This record gives sequence, structure tokens and C-alpha cells, in this order.
Amino acid sequence: MVVVTINPITRLEGHGKISIFLDEKGDVKRAFLQVPELRGFEKIAVGRHAEDMPQITSRICGVCPWAHHMAATKALDDLYKVKPPSAAVKIRELAYNIFMLEDHSLHFFVLAGPDFVVGPKAPRAERNIIGVMKKLGAETVKKIVLIRKKLREADAILGGKTIHPVSGLPGGVSKSLTEDDRKELVKVADAGLELADTAYKLLKDLMKNEEYVKLMTSDIYVHETYYMGLVDDKNRVNFYDGKIRVVDPKGREHAKFDVHDYLKYIAEHVEPWTYTRMSYLRTVGWKGLIDGEGSGVLAVGPLGRLNAADGMATPRAQAAYEEMYSALGGKPTHYTLAYHIARVVEMIQAAECVKELVEDPEITSPEVRNLPTLTPDVGIGVVEAPRGTLIHHYEADEKGLIKKANLIVATQNNVARMCLSIEKAAKMLIKGGVVDDGLLNMVEMAFRAYDPCFACATHSVVGRIPLKIEMYDHEGRLIKVITNVD
Amino acid sequence: MNPQTKVKIAFYWNASCGGCEEAIVDLGEDLFKVLEVVDIVFWPVALDFKLEDVEKLPDGGIDVAIINGGIRFSEHEKVVKLLRRKSKIVVAYGSCAHLGGIPGLANLWSKATIMDYVYLRAPSVVNESNVLPKEVVQTDVGELELPAFLDVLKPLNRVIDVDYYVPGCPPTPNVTLKAIETLLSGKLPQKGAVLGADVRAVCDTCPLNETKPEKLAIKEFRRPHAFIPDPKKCLLAQGLLCLGPVTRGGCEASCVKANMPCTGCFGPLDNVIDFGARALSFIASIIDQKDEEGIRKALGPVVDLVGQVYKFSLPSGLLKDLIKRKEV
Repeated sequence: MVVVTINPITRLEGHGKISIFLDEKGDVKRAFLQVPELRGFEKIAVGRHAEDMPQITSRICGVCPWAHHMAATKALDDLYKVKPPSAAVKIRELAYNIFMLEDHSLHFFVLAGPDFVVGPKAPRAERNIIGVMKKLGAETVKKIVLIRKKLREADAILGGKTIHPVSGLPGGVSKSLTEDDRKELVKVADAGLELADTAYKLLKDLMKNEEYVKLMTSDIYVHETYYMGLVDDKNRVNFYDGKIRVVDPKGREHAKFDVHDYLKYIAEHVEPWTYTRMSYLRTVGWKGLIDGEGSGVLAVGPLGRLNAADGMATPRAQAAYEEMYSALGGKPTHYTLAYHIARVVEMIQAAECVKELVEDPEITSPEVRNLPTLTPDVGIGVVEAPRGTLIHHYEADEKGLIKKANLIVATQNNVARMCLSIEKAAKMLIKGGVVDDGLLNMVEMAFRAYDPCFACATHSVVGRIPLKIEMYDHEGRLIKVITNVD
Repeated sequence: MNPQTKVKIAFYWNASCGGCEEAIVDLGEDLFKVLEVVDIVFWPVALDFKLEDVEKLPDGGIDVAIINGGIRFSEHEKVVKLLRRKSKIVVAYGSCAHLGGIPGLANLWSKATIMDYVYLRAPSVVNESNVLPKEVVQTDVGELELPAFLDVLKPLNRVIDVDYYVPGCPPTPNVTLKAIETLLSGKLPQKGAVLGADVRAVCDTCPLNETKPEKLAIKEFRRPHAFIPDPKKCLLAQGLLCLGPVTRGGCEASCVKANMPCTGCFGPLDNVIDFGARALSFIASIIDQKDEEGIRKALGPVVDLVGQVYKFSLPSGLLKDLIKRKEV
């Protein structure tokens, strides 16, 4: 038996590994993605004041703290059955769209950028942010970094802090927006649109590159699964609110439900070899790590949202969305690498929403809180985190003390499909004990498309997940080492 | 600068949310300046070095190891012990490494209770054969290993000797930069010092400080969701349990500026060994009630006192992990 272990060096020693088992012929039997991460936030929540949840749960992830902050805040609205004033909803949506744009842009430019700009087959030494700088010019890259910084500062204005915001309360936000601050945000909004445009232009060039399109649409990166995301009343993508819609692998609506019914549709599976729970569709059932209409495995995040919706909520994003599906041969698209295109389409929508919201005269209204008056009981909230549908479910006693919490975190929804992607890449690339040198890059690309949150690894400043594969023969002798770092 | 003379730095994360990493990246241009004068020998999130590379270094071969996150898995213990051996200076960066942080509140429960809820009893879980993640798993194709989930979460100084601390959840760019400047200056403060932050309390740096009455006298505390405070007046004087008076400054009172009370993420002031106990004694000193019944009334809305005063520091208190909730 030969075992191949791939350690993503980022978050290595405690943050994730891929193990590939070969049979006697040297073909892949199974590949495993193991996530050794558990902190127990669902128990940490118990006994706490309900209104502390937005600040406590944001500590689940410092890369996407706004997603947890907002899901928790919305669950508190529901817990106390208190509706925030319209200006408060707009402030939340503004902060959230800024966050979505900033988070997606980091992934697109810094992480995925090297593949797009420098090229998937360029020498490894060039496939990094420095290579991107060379191609785009240092000025452009500096500008991208600066705009991202401005977006992060804008969220500090709205939430008190960028990392681990504090403004969310049941029935509103703790802070209104001053006219002076709004004027600053108008500038940020324009810069945000420019950022989204830059990404879009890059993407369009990429789609002209036949080699890349061939790779994107190759069989290695296809999984026919269900897709899930929030939609508004016209079935358009919405990050902050709406109904959860699920489409089947043929693109037909499988379910559309209010988050209060999530337990009827979503269940979670436990495997002994990883600390993450894996979501699947309860209505279809867990059939193991396989794809197809008979398997409840689903996908969330940019591709999941676009596949699950009928369109985008803003004009320029809608145009980009139409272009994407026409280029990829229709809807739904099952290409994992299309996550990158969907991410850019979403950047455009987020930027357009930011622009619209900062120009809304109501955004500076001082009316940003309604006080809860009812006795708390059960509260469930949902948002679309950058990486997919995120649900917070709390039960509280009459004093507003949490009795029970359940969290369906975005990456949990995607982790089964990620396992499929890794296994498929391995099976297609390792034959007869020969590990193709392209495997590393191929596996890396399959994994990276999801922007997985458990490996904040993906937010690597060198723009890639450094990997190392070690192959041992049946007597434990190291026979081959392949690495993507020099 | 001659690369031979560059300061060798290692970064590591334990049970961290990634916010401390983002905080370092948020240094932006300043980060690039720092990178010019240091030589990073280990930073798993950003650069390709393996643990074996660290093992090959001589003892004391790293000048400064900056470590964030609490110790929650067996692998964390292994790595930080190695980094201690190899480093001249170890810095606990951020609330979790400093005091345990919010993940430290998990210590109110046993490991078994956490595992039982997360994998068996959570309402979305379907697990009829009661499968739990295991350290060694036999699959149909071979054996797989996972690191062990430890009994409790520990701040860094309960596992290794720590030289300095950088507080905050996360530390702000200003605090981080000042701390790094101190470390690079060669003029090192006394062991155990908190770097980059203020010696004064948050309260002394707060824009609302002028409105704080000379003598605070609280008849009844109130919770943030229950009323709309006057944003121009001291939040504590309005009954919000603001920990600004007992918390180290350096954050520029960012939470208070957003009309929310300080929750203590920067930890205690100098010479305080138990943040929660200090907070409690302060609270007791400002309650304006005569008898036990009155005190009960004053604290009535604050049902979760542990979660309020030990939000970021439970595993670093004098009682360590003895405070447990009744299993339900």
C-alpha cells in the first residue's frame, strides 16, 4: 500500500491535510481531506447573553467576521421579533456589501490572480503576487491594495472595528452614519466600482485564453451537484436576506424555503477522520461522497448562489452573469473553476449595491434602533457569507440567555464537494503509481476555487497554497517528493 | 542591510480565527517596511517553511517567535514547545494567546460535553451510529490520524514560558507596529511586559471620559439591547457594564466610539493577575445599593456574570479551569 500525503504547508501542523491511498497497481483508491479544527462555539454560546452573540460568534473567523456578526444580529432580530428601522437595514447592507467586495477582491487578485494573470502553466516562481505585479504593473497592484484598505477602513466606520465589528444589536445597529462619514464613503464606493471593473476586465481577457477555458471545462473539475443560495423576491442573488433556494443538478428548483425551515432541508453528516461536519440535503439524503442527482451533496458560495438564482440584482452584474453562462454553455454550470467567474460577477453586484446605498438619503437617518419588547424564544438568521450560506440558530430563556445554539457554517456546506474535487483530481492524475507533476497545481486549483475558510491558508500573501507530496513505497521508503515551491 | 544581521522572526497560529493574521496583513505599507529589516523563518499562513526547517535551526536560532491563538489541539502544544526551544524571545500575540480569548469560554464545559453536542446532539446532525472524530481511524483503505482535541484551551503561558504580550482581539495596527518597533529597538522592557499598548486604562483614553462622574454610582445595570444610550455620555454612568476602567488602553476606545461598552479584550492593567476578579471588585465598588437585595437588583439584568467579566480571560484567571457549568 502506498500512501501519499499532501500537506498544505499553510495551516500545516494542525490545520489541514490531504491523504491519498493507492492500490497495488498504483491507482488511487481514496483521497481524504482532513480538517483538524474544533473550538466548540455552539457550546461557548450557551449561558451567554443573547446580545453578545454577534461579537462572540464573529471570533469563529477573523477573515469573515462580518458574516458571523451579521447572521447573529439577524438571528437576534428574530429572537426578539423586532424589526430594525429601514436606515439600520441599509447600514447593515452597506457594511455587508463592502465586506463582500473586499473579501472577494482579496481572493480574486491575490490568491487566484496568479493563475489568471500569470497563467496556470507559468513557472511556479512566477505564479505569485510578484508575477501579478510584473504583468499588471506595480501601479495597478498598489492601487488595488489601496482600494482594499479603504474598503476595510469604511467597515471600521460602520461597525466600530473591521475585524470583529461591534455594531449589531437586535432591532438595529448601535451607530448611525454622519453626513461627513457618508461623503467619505461615496469616494470609497467609486473606488469599489473601479476595483470590480478591473477584476472584470482581467476575467474577460482570461476567457479569451483557449487553454485556460479548456482547463476550466475539463472533466477534472466537473461535479454535478445541487446548488444553494439566498434569493430575493425575484429570485435574484442577495447576500443579506431572502429565501434559501436549492436547484438540482439539472438546474430545476428543488426547494425554496424560509430559513426557519432549514432543518427540514439541511442535515449534517459526521465522519471519524475529520473534525468538520458535512452538510447535505436532508430531502435527498446522504449517499456518501458522490455527486449526481441521487446524492444530497450540495455546493454553496459564488457558484452555488449564481446557479441557484435566476439572475443578479443590479444591471452591470446581470450583464456579466449573462455573459458568464453564455460562455460556459448554459445553466447550471458544474465547473468548479467557474467559482472564480461567479466571484467577479458578485463583486460587481456588491460594488453597485454599495454605490446605491451610499447615495440613499435615508442612510444618514439617526433612527437606527428599535428596542425589543417581546420575550425571546427562538431566533434563526441567515446571510450569504462570501463562501456560502451561513445560518445561526439560537434558543434563549426569558432573560435572553442562550440555551442552545446551532451553526451551519458556509464551508461545512461545501466540504463534501471539496472532498469530491480532491479525490477526482487525484484519481484522474495518478495512474499506475506515477504521480503527474501537474497534480500539485491541479489539486491546488480544485481546492482554491472554493476559497475554503478552514484553511485561511487560501489567504496566503504569496498567492498560492504551498503543497508538498511525499510518496512512500510499501516499506515506508520515501520514493518521491514533489513540491510547488522552490 | 546585511541579511546576516537581520532579525529572525517566526509567526505561528494555534486555535486562531485568522483575525490576528489579518491584523498583521492590515499593517499594509508598514508591513513591507518591517519585512525589509527582518528575516521570516517560519510563517505557515504566508510562506513555505516546514516544521522540520525549524527543527534544524540551533536552539535560540530564532530571535523572536510571535504566536497567536490558544492551545486547543495536541499539535499546537508540540509546535509551541519547539518554537520556545528555538527562540530567544516568545511573544503571545492577541487575546487568545495572551489570556485564552473567547474560545477560552469553552472551558466552562468538559471536552466530552463539547464533542457530544457538536457531533451527536446538534439539531442538524444525523449520526445514528454515534460516530465521533478519532485520533486514529481505520478506514477501508488504511489508517488516518487526527491531532487530539485537548481537555481545555490554554493561553500560551500555561504551556510555555512567555517573554512578552501584545493584547487585543485583534491587536490594532498601531499597537502591533509599536510592539514590533520595541522588539526591533534592542531596548527590551522587563520580562512579562505588555508591548505596544497603553499603561493607562481604556477609560483614560476614551472620548467620553470627561462626562464620567467623579463618583460612579449605579443603581441598576442595563444591557446593550435594552435601551438606547446617549452617545455623548459615559456609557458606564448610563448603566452599561463598560469594562473601560479596568481594561488596558491602546485600542483608541473603538467600541465605545461605536456606542458599545468595552468588553475587556486588551486584558488587565499592570500588576493585575486576574482580570475577571479585578472587574468584579470594580463592579462591586460602584453599585449604589445598601443591602443584599439591592445588590441583587443592581446586578439583576447581568445574568451571565462569568461571560461578562471573563469574556476574554477565563483560562488565565486564578481559578483556571475550575469554573464549570452544570451539564444539561
